[in-house]
Amino acid sequence: MVKIRFFAMLKNKVGQEEVKLDVPENISLEKFKQILKKEFPAITEFLDKKSIMISVNQEFATKNTMIKDGDEVALLPPFSGG
Amino acid sequence: MELVRIQKQDFSVTEEIELVKAVSKSIGGVVVFLGTGRDISKSEEIVRLDFEHYPGMAEKKLQEIRVRALDNFNIIEMGIVHRIGKIEIGENIVLIVAAAQHRNDAFMACEWAIAELKRITPIWKKEITKKGEVWVEEHP
Repeated sequence: MVKIRFFAMLKNKVGQEEVKLDVPENISLEKFKQILKKEFPAITEFLDKKSIMISVNQEFATKNTMIKDGDEVALLPPFSGG
Repeated sequence: MELVRIQKQDFSVTEEIELVKAVSKSIGGVVVFLGTGRDISKSEEIVRLDFEHYPGMAEKKLQEIRVRALDNFNIIEMGIVHRIGKIEIGENIVLIVAAAQHRNDAFMACEWAIAELKRITPIWKKEITKKGEVWVEEHP
């Protein structure tokens, strides 16, 4: 089970702050994105934009990051703090 | 009080400066950046702002910025405070306090820190206008 967190406009699009999803063991970020697009079609266009960052266990993910059971994944729209 | 914080309540600029100054008597220059809520954005009148953050990660990124500033600039101390939640026009949003022996190092570290904060800290601003609400997607 992977915990997925949504923030700012993505939270509005999905309609939830947090969901838990069963995913195959040790999948790549790219495969995980494909699953997200299927589960949450409302955010497909955001996932295709390079400006959306993804964090795994509160660290920025890279294309080599693997996602495993128990991870906390967050979808991060462009930041606008400061 | 911690030098790096995210909080709902307002902060006192003077108290934050004193907190940083108390670290060392070698401090000879303090540079402060204060971000405040403005009433206009892209010619649209702003009524209020609302900030959201990723609890845990946002605090961690601000701590990282302080540590990297201390490593990479010739400064003695740095404080960073960011507010979240509803912010009225004119209120304080963010404060960076950079303290060094000499002013130039403090200026450089302060400018770098606010730019880095905007780049890597998971904090989002919502602008509430008379026409509705919009999440801001860029950081000028």
